[in-house]
Amino acid sequence: MATSSINVPSASPVEGSRSFLSKLKNGDEIARLVTFLFAASVVFITIILVFELWTGSALPRHKFGLQFFVTRVWDPIAEEFGALPFIYGTLVTSLVSLFIAVPLGIGAAIFLAELAPQKISDTLQFFIDLLAAVPSVIYGLLGVFIVIPLMRNWVQPFLKSTLGFLPIFSGPAYGVGFLTAGIVMAIMVIPYIISVSREVLLAVPRDQREAALALGSTHWESTWKVVVPFARTGIMGSIFLALARALGETMAVTMVIGNTPTISSSLFSPGYSIAAVIANEFTEATGDLYLQALIELGLVLFLLTFILNGVARLLILATARRGGGTAHA
Amino acid sequence: MNARLRWRKLVSGFMLAMTGVCALIAVSVLFFILGYLVYNGGTSINWDFFTKLPTPVGESGGGMANAIVGTAKLLSLAVLIGVPIGFFGAIYLAEFSGSTMAFIVRYAADLLNGVPSIVIGIFAYTLLVLPFKHFSTFAGGFALGLMMIPITLRSTEEFLRSVPRSLREGSMALGASKWTTIMRVIVPAAYRGILTAVLLALARVAGETAPLLFTAFSNRFWSHGWNEPIASLPVMIFTYAIAPYEDWHHQAWAAGLVLLGLILMVNIVARVILSRGVSVPRS
Amino acid sequence: MKRFSVLAVLAAALAGVVLAQGSLLINGAGATFPYPIYSKWFDEFHKANGSQINYQSVGSGAGIKQVTEGTVDFGASDGPMNDEQLKAYRTKNGVGILHFPMVLGAAVPTYNVPGLSAPLNFTPDALAGIFLGRISKWNDPAIANANKGVNLPANDIVVIHRSDGSGTTYIWTDYLSKVSVDWKDKVSKGTSVNWPVGLGGKGNEGVTGLIKQTPNAIGYVELIYAAQNKIPFGAVKNSAGAFVKADLASVSEAAASASKTMPDDFRVSITNAPGKNAYPISSFTWLLIPEKFKDTAKRDTLKSFVKWAITDGQSFAETLSYAKLPKEVVDKELQALNKVQ
Repeated sequence: MATSSINVPSASPVEGSRSFLSKLKNGDEIARLVTFLFAASVVFITIILVFELWTGSALPRHKFGLQFFVTRVWDPIAEEFGALPFIYGTLVTSLVSLFIAVPLGIGAAIFLAELAPQKISDTLQFFIDLLAAVPSVIYGLLGVFIVIPLMRNWVQPFLKSTLGFLPIFSGPAYGVGFLTAGIVMAIMVIPYIISVSREVLLAVPRDQREAALALGSTHWESTWKVVVPFARTGIMGSIFLALARALGETMAVTMVIGNTPTISSSLFSPGYSIAAVIANEFTEATGDLYLQALIELGLVLFLLTFILNGVARLLILATARRGGGTAHA
Repeated sequence: MNARLRWRKLVSGFMLAMTGVCALIAVSVLFFILGYLVYNGGTSINWDFFTKLPTPVGESGGGMANAIVGTAKLLSLAVLIGVPIGFFGAIYLAEFSGSTMAFIVRYAADLLNGVPSIVIGIFAYTLLVLPFKHFSTFAGGFALGLMMIPITLRSTEEFLRSVPRSLREGSMALGASKWTTIMRVIVPAAYRGILTAVLLALARVAGETAPLLFTAFSNRFWSHGWNEPIASLPVMIFTYAIAPYEDWHHQAWAAGLVLLGLILMVNIVARVILSRGVSVPRS
Repeated sequence: MKRFSVLAVLAAALAGVVLAQGSLLINGAGATFPYPIYSKWFDEFHKANGSQINYQSVGSGAGIKQVTEGTVDFGASDGPMNDEQLKAYRTKNGVGILHFPMVLGAAVPTYNVPGLSAPLNFTPDALAGIFLGRISKWNDPAIANANKGVNLPANDIVVIHRSDGSGTTYIWTDYLSKVSVDWKDKVSKGTSVNWPVGLGGKGNEGVTGLIKQTPNAIGYVELIYAAQNKIPFGAVKNSAGAFVKADLASVSEAAASASKTMPDDFRVSITNAPGKNAYPISSFTWLLIPEKFKDTAKRDTLKSFVKWAITDGQSFAETLSYAKLPKEVVDKELQALNKVQ
């Protein structure tokens, strides 16, 4: 790490009284100071950001307190604001997306880590990294012109006719709604699940795999019953990461979710998410309470992603440490 | 015994084939997206698109010249703001800092990285739009720059650290000061990785729409200087896609193709640069 | 190191090129309702004398908000600012803000019902019931009784409203509040209300887009959006009992009586106006201009724009299906323009 042991010309304890200014004449000290300022600015910016979110949401926090999280009503005229429909929408769409993306993602990661030869694995990973780079608004574009008509004309009627007795598939088929948003989001988070899961699977020590095979398991059995469980925490980490990403998605969601603050058991129902309502209503929120209620929603979103990212990192870190371990029994 | 083994082998073959299908689905989505954009956008890309300003509502024709330039201006500003902070901050972390400060800075960067882009938009609005009473290119560039900082910082730090000690110590042994060592030996050794990090960060923010909605706003005309609202490709795509005019839809596709093409190219270039580099780890 | 100097030079060059100040840019934001005619006007005005007025159609709510914050030079809204908002403006900026009606428009009920043989008639009760969620099928008697002989399907109605703060919403809910006590109690009027049912679209543009793509949908948009996109819109029963479709004549008639008694601040509602052939969901749409400008160039350009738009500019209105301002209103406005300092 820092090579301070080699930095001989600087002040020794005897000369500690040397003035700050003369220290500055040493180019390295300036360099240290300047780069310190840049690094500190990162911390500074982050602190201000959290501060702004906190102070900017003071009014509704004092007025509604914790009630904010359980109120269903979002009424700018009556100045009644509740976050529940948006939290609900955000969670539902994220869960739907994970429901689709996790099996697909882990499956693909297994293929890339266990089956595919090195070159193919790397090439496919390259393409998947490109998929991760596609911006949200492009997904929104495709969502509006391709996914919505597909949902309205084919998928939703199909689901209604086969599984329509289930409450989650009831109601009219608008095309927009929780399910559509969840599907679009699933495509957006798959790359994260794949890349991280692939890496943790690759990091599983060979001896685990080989021990299973030596005991007579088939390729699939060794993968599914030994390797994957070994990497379990890391895979969980990738899911949390994907979830954190999904929660903050704005553009694609607002273009396909229907923009209605509703809580409904049906996935066909239009809904709203935290990020979408902020994007739609922020520039027009007249009245301080309204604007600050939106900022409070931003704070909630920030906290949610913060916690999820933290947990994700811990999980991935835990797997990395485990993977570095030598052969256990 | 034999039957059971055969069954297990069958299951094994089937499940592994399924994983291949999963991978195929994931990758084919990319080509599907590209294909659709080329198909719908390719026909709408013409000379007008690149050179003309938008026409009044409902009238056909016009283009997105100002949005293309706008995106370029916003990204330049983002690089000017985000890269120096990320780069020099990383130098501090890799070369100068003690472990507590390093932990704090890295933690802050990770936190910033996880902030949803819409919240960054709120932040930039309260900081740079409200007090100055106008939407501006500067506010938009600032928001995008903020988003570039964490990626640039963490990646640069990793690449700087990966430079072998021997180079560092060799340079010191020759009498070079720390700063000279950093700028003349370490950074050049890691420059591929650093460049890659910057390019990837750039590609990431190029497509961001949400933060621009409250900062750069949009502009029907050319934007001059840094204090005026400015049009940008992502915002135009959003506006045109949800509108009912067919002509606008065509333009949205074309803009989507241009934007995605740009982002993918930057990504590919970055990864190619990285893969040519030898001893630097992928982050 | 060389790389950085190259980058630095490029950055400086870029900065130099784009720092060259061009001609004056005035920023405005607000209503999507008049956006077609505004964008035409600003374009024509720009062609005539080079002034750049950058108008962003983000909804009346955002227009009021942004002009109050001072982030745009002027706003636009089809729902006039209420007293609270006017007070907030004055508190924030120290001066008042003025309303200038620019043109007359109509909010029409547009729908996408497959297989219809004729345009539909809507009674006030039908509209209120649909938007309250009480009337949920197209062949409901409340609708069918006004449309004898038309084959209405038994499909569920998909209500589409605005997801953003909207003057068009204000006009629509203002009308519904006048004709339905239930609506007034449950929802009332405003630019952003607590909709009982429906999907939200962003801007008149978004609502039109949704209606176009969603079978069995009904929504409310400004007349020109329905006309330009060739989607059918219905006739509404007015206070005199006649089913009137929105057009230049019926909208002008709606404004006729109000123009004679136009208040000095021009804030007036003409929904459910008296008149045999008046279209009941008509409205003025206003530009919101601060009383005092620091930048005299901006002030003068804006003033000359308003002057041009309410006189010569009106000739563009009718091709875009907006009705011209009544003469009395124009005269009063030209005088009021002097209040802008």
